[in-house]
Amino acid sequence: MNVLLILIAVSLGVAGAFLGCFVWAVKSGQFEDTCTPSMRVLADDATQLNRTSNSSSETNRDRL
Amino acid sequence: MDSTIALALPRAPECSAARSACFHCGEPCLDGRFERDERVFCCLGCQAVHDLLSESGLGHFYELNTGPGVRIRETSAKEQWACLDDPALQRRLLDFTDGKTSRVTFHVPGIHCVACVWLLENLFRLHRGVGSSRVNFPRRDVAISFSPAEITLAGLAALLASIGYEPVLTLKELEKRTPSRAGQRQWLQLGIAGFAFGNIMLFSLPLYLGLDALTRPVFRSLFGGLSLALALPVLVYSASDYWRSAFRSLRRRTPTLDIPIALGLVALYGRSAFEILSGRGEGYLDSLAGLVFFLLCGRAFQQKTHERMAFDRDYKSFFPLSVRRKSKNGEESAAISQLKVGDRVILRNSELIPADAILLNGAAQIDYSFVTGEAEPVPRRAGDYLYAGGRQIGGAIEVETVKAVSQSYLASLWDHEAFRKNNDDGFTSLTDRYSRRFTLIVLCVALGAMAYWTCAGDAARAIKAFISVLIVACPCALALAAPFTLGTAQRCLARRGVFLKNSAIVERIARVNTIVFDKTGTLTQSTAAGVRFIGKPLCEAERRWVSALTHASTHPISGRIHDSLGAERDSATIASFKETPGCGVEALVDGHPLLLGSKAWLERRGANAGQACCLPANTANSACLAIDGAVRGAFETGNALRANTEPLLQQVSCECEVALLSGDNPNERERFRTLFGDESALRFNQSPLDKLEFIRSRQQAGRIVMMVGDGLNDAGALRQSDVGVAVTEKAGSFSPASDVILEACQVPQLGEMIAYSRSAVRIVRLGFGISALYNAIGVSIAAAGVLSPIICAVLMPLSSVSVVLFACGMTTWRGRSL
Repeated sequence: MNVLLILIAVSLGVAGAFLGCFVWAVKSGQFEDTCTPSMRVLADDATQLNRTSNSSSETNRDRL
Repeated sequence: MDSTIALALPRAPECSAARSACFHCGEPCLDGRFERDERVFCCLGCQAVHDLLSESGLGHFYELNTGPGVRIRETSAKEQWACLDDPALQRRLLDFTDGKTSRVTFHVPGIHCVACVWLLENLFRLHRGVGSSRVNFPRRDVAISFSPAEITLAGLAALLASIGYEPVLTLKELEKRTPSRAGQRQWLQLGIAGFAFGNIMLFSLPLYLGLDALTRPVFRSLFGGLSLALALPVLVYSASDYWRSAFRSLRRRTPTLDIPIALGLVALYGRSAFEILSGRGEGYLDSLAGLVFFLLCGRAFQQKTHERMAFDRDYKSFFPLSVRRKSKNGEESAAISQLKVGDRVILRNSELIPADAILLNGAAQIDYSFVTGEAEPVPRRAGDYLYAGGRQIGGAIEVETVKAVSQSYLASLWDHEAFRKNNDDGFTSLTDRYSRRFTLIVLCVALGAMAYWTCAGDAARAIKAFISVLIVACPCALALAAPFTLGTAQRCLARRGVFLKNSAIVERIARVNTIVFDKTGTLTQSTAAGVRFIGKPLCEAERRWVSALTHASTHPISGRIHDSLGAERDSATIASFKETPGCGVEALVDGHPLLLGSKAWLERRGANAGQACCLPANTANSACLAIDGAVRGAFETGNALRANTEPLLQQVSCECEVALLSGDNPNERERFRTLFGDESALRFNQSPLDKLEFIRSRQQAGRIVMMVGDGLNDAGALRQSDVGVAVTEKAGSFSPASDVILEACQVPQLGEMIAYSRSAVRIVRLGFGISALYNAIGVSIAAAGVLSPIICAVLMPLSSVSVVLFACGMTTWRGRSL
């Protein structure tokens, strides 16, 4: 039955780690805007295509 | 998407069918066509943006959406942004700078679709100096990092304006943005409550299923202890807002729903702690965590609706950031807050007068539509007093300010006592009224149950019953019914072009029994549809000539005549064009001398008034036309009644008292008398204060008044009324402070809107009924003193979820037929 104690400890640990991740995500502002990313993903393919064809601006972006 | 509708322009139906839409902005191409690669554009600006985007490899913009662009207005002059090079201003605008890289957040109301987001986030392709940019769609903000060595802040603003995303810089932007700590807190509270809810449930399950009999008693106390520990942050942190507001309402002695919630939470935790620590039972901690979690979900939904839809404006959001001030060494750009009395300011076409001023020189045509709602610009001479909030139409003028910005007419209208009054006073929401009774009933039942069992000689059971009643009566479902119903109603209304300040307004709309309308701009509109030609109808050639003549003029009446003719622009050659302010325009079109202007001016110019008998006497809204020296007729630019106004008035006057207030002269009284019926009040020549007083007098007579108006002259009345509805041609453009913003094309739907609000309130009442039913079942079990944790754990989420589903489902279903 002692294995149950270990399992409980492990499960609480894992859950706590996820809670920690959540707190970090909130603190780092990932919940500030939950709308734009869903729109951004619609246009993402084209950005990838254009990036390869337009490497000069890309380096410019990296520089900043 | 709810919020994209906010920017969808109402398109003129008569032209969208026949003509092709602009490839860039999707608006119908009215006059002249610009073509490139078999693509049609409505104006040179749109074509230029298309070319720029294609060259920079951003052509994908057009694949994301049809007509995704924003129409380029010609007003944005380069020097408009010059003020942004002022270091003091920069310090306040920039989020961050280290000399090499700067970061700025612009508010760009033009953002409206996926393509906009994509284009703005690929801004770095357009200019070397731009680094990354990031769009916040709900807020319509774009945060851009750039290298100040390569592009100045002014250059960046000009770049955005050149592709149609003109940043809006107003006084309000300068006041420091508060970072959304509150938003973060809310997410954390919700997350922790959810985390605790799930885990406590896990520990409670074995006990509910009777598995504890199989295990050693050590698990029982371990699970209990862990649950107590997990529930503590929920009680202290997640529910902290409920504590605070319960204390507040106790101090104010107004029972709100938060008091039974707080009582329930205390009872839940205290009872559970007692049971667990004394080893008598397993407590109700899963119910506690679930309760807080559901309550917080409801609040998050409310908050999200509020963020997307809500608006709150004051006069600061209408003023520009800077003006051109005349100084010793020429012109300079000055921030509006630095403007002093006695400064000389240059105003160009369509710039706003920032403070009350005296006109020094220049031909002023001041459009006070924002202030008064009347569409026609008024001419002003040197020495005349100009009120803040007017807009100069035409050439540049020079004015001298006589009042500080904060003391001018516009600001004083805003500072009028009516604006400071707290609109919440005297209006108790349905939830408040219900919860007052609810709190009392719950306390009575709890005390009654305790008294009963005490008399019966079972003291332990008396305490158990008292606490159980408090626990089970915790009004979670009740607290959720109103926010979910009203929030859903607010979303449905926003989809129809009706934007509410917050969801509580729905309840107020439902109680309205008097509707007061403004005339100009609300019931009537000044568009091409209102233009009539009096005289023998013009032939095709003549229409072309007049069209060419009016296109050359900047006067708004010319513009409306031009739009009403709808002819191709470049089909007639025009020579020796001359515009005489206050009189009219003249030119040689295809060799024919044309005169268009006031009747007196035409007579002075020797036009043969052979048919002049039919000319209208009212010269302010009409323009006479003479071709080849003979008077041909006149254009009358009356204000046309909006379509479907008649059915709207019939619909609302069955249930409500209606009235009309107008700042105009009473020459249309008869027309509106037939529309409004004999009993309704029709008042003309009303000043802003008269309107406010009228509303107040109706309110003192015990009426709940809705005011529907557009201009700032209605602003006092809008604020005084119980529901102020501001009508705007385009959501996102100027409108005075109000409770509701209504797109102009939706005015005829006002009756529907009121009916919908009424049914939303009925749904809230039904939701209350359902939750009361659950409470009655729970309380009767609890008062008998036999409430087990498992009944509590099932009843509580079941009641909340069913009420929320009912509220959202019914409101959406009713909203579909809207």
